[in-house]
Amino acid sequence: MSQTAALVPSLGQKIEARHLTKRYGPTVAVDDLSFEVKPGMVTGFIGPNGAGKTTTMRLILGLDRPTGGQVTVGGKKYADLPAPMREVGALIDAKAVHPSRSASNHLLSLAQSNNIPTRRVHEVLGLVGLDSVAGKKVGSFSLGMGQRLGIAAALLGDPPVLMFDEPVNGLDPEGIVWIRGFMRQLAAEGRTVFVSSHLMSEMALTADHLIVIGQGKMLRDESVTDFVDSSSQHWVLVRSPKLTELSAELTKLGAQVRPGTDDSIEVAGLESRSIGDLAFAKGVPLHELATQGASLEDAFMEMTHDSVEYRGVEVAG
Amino acid sequence: MTTATLLPTTDRAVRPARFDDALRSEWTKIRSVPATFWTVLVALVVGIGLSALISAVAANHYLSSTASEKAMWDPTSISGAGGALAQLAIAVLGILFITSEYSSKSISTSLMAVPQRSRFLAAKSVVIAVVSLVVAEVLGFVSFFIGQALISGHAPTASLGQPDVLRALIGIGLYGALIGLLGLGLGALLRSAAGAIATIVALLYVLPAVSAALPSSLEHTVEEWWPTQAGGQITNVVRGSNTLSPWLGFLVMCVFTALVLAAGFYTLDRRDA
Repeated sequence: MSQTAALVPSLGQKIEARHLTKRYGPTVAVDDLSFEVKPGMVTGFIGPNGAGKTTTMRLILGLDRPTGGQVTVGGKKYADLPAPMREVGALIDAKAVHPSRSASNHLLSLAQSNNIPTRRVHEVLGLVGLDSVAGKKVGSFSLGMGQRLGIAAALLGDPPVLMFDEPVNGLDPEGIVWIRGFMRQLAAEGRTVFVSSHLMSEMALTADHLIVIGQGKMLRDESVTDFVDSSSQHWVLVRSPKLTELSAELTKLGAQVRPGTDDSIEVAGLESRSIGDLAFAKGVPLHELATQGASLEDAFMEMTHDSVEYRGVEVAG
Repeated sequence: MTTATLLPTTDRAVRPARFDDALRSEWTKIRSVPATFWTVLVALVVGIGLSALISAVAANHYLSSTASEKAMWDPTSISGAGGALAQLAIAVLGILFITSEYSSKSISTSLMAVPQRSRFLAAKSVVIAVVSLVVAEVLGFVSFFIGQALISGHAPTASLGQPDVLRALIGIGLYGALIGLLGLGLGALLRSAAGAIATIVALLYVLPAVSAALPSSLEHTVEEWWPTQAGGQITNVVRGSNTLSPWLGFLVMCVFTALVLAAGFYTLDRRDA
């Protein structure tokens, strides 16, 4: 195989972290994280603010040095990638651009550093919808425009691995819908897409797989469906004209019962099938029997409750 | 908006990024910010303007000066005297070339593109050295011809054919390149424009002036070996007292600049970006 051919960045690259740790004095920002980010799907990286998401991404990119452990992209340390922007595209901080440089010159300087053809600058500006402001100084950009420019920079080298740190921050609703679809498309093309957010609802709409961290520690590493199943109880909504009788029977079996809205109850601890069978056996007519999915946001709040760095006090009502 | 993002397959056979790629990138960076234009303009206007003023004044005082002063008369040095102030603008250009990366946080983006920090700083060094050399050289030659025209008729003038005059004029460019590199090194070391500018002002102006308060034997040694003073000897034709020879002085400043750059690189390489 010729040397050039060996350098073609192919799809199917993984990000692999092994016991990744970063300490700042006594503070542990990233605490022994081991995970894999796989190609062909969107992996959500989620945790409350200050959980260590940005630090982890900076460690992947070699911007910060790990105190312990290591992380590789496609089996290599970032600094050892022969043409890094063609292998990994990253948006870490949308404002990390010289304010008095134009958008196109900013992208041009990045493209040149990795021998990326100049025409690609105009292509990516068009791709993110910034072609009309290509010559404008970046300092005059709104946060949303800055995010789009950061995404354009990440796409310059058409890389198989993409990382976005809080990409929806500052985007308008149209932009949010766009970025969601865009990340899904990148994953569908077989790329490895790693996206951080502190909003579970956002990840629910975008991600296939979740890595949840709190205070630098791994909390969960599983698919979005498993995450919902495992992290919160399901409640089954039951409507019946004989609720009192049914409640008593359910409680006897150890289920948890709470009143619902409009003559209904919600039951936890029993599957809907068991509830239906029980009702039939006791001759209780059922008007409705429905499993309620736990919302991701609920599951996330429950999980990270103990690892939130800053928390408001609940107002007594 | 989200049509095919993949490059044609032929373009995906890529060669590794190289040093000359980083050089082109840094050249784009320096030429695409207005601060570069303004700093260069200030260096040229201040340098050439002040040199012309000093030449005119010195020429008018020549007749009334003493014999020993006449023996030290160095029209090449006088016609470029404004460079003493213009060098600060060149140093600031070198400082801003790297500290603006920290103040705008674009250092993260830059090091993602060029993760080899030695390559990153080396590319910046080459670009700032070349830009500083060209600016200082233009300053030196323009000031020289204006200065000699102003001196002419009042005092002896210098010409390119006289011994050491061309060396002194080329020396202005070489010295300028070192000043730009010194600024870059200090910027990399301190990561703040304010701190680096304060340091270069101290190195160029304050500390040499303070050394006058030292006992004379020590003062002379400091005067001789102070890096920026020693480096400046390459721009003179007539050698003053307590000075090193032009090339030894230049070597001293080369070593000093290399040490500062090395310290700047050590900081860049070891600390988180």
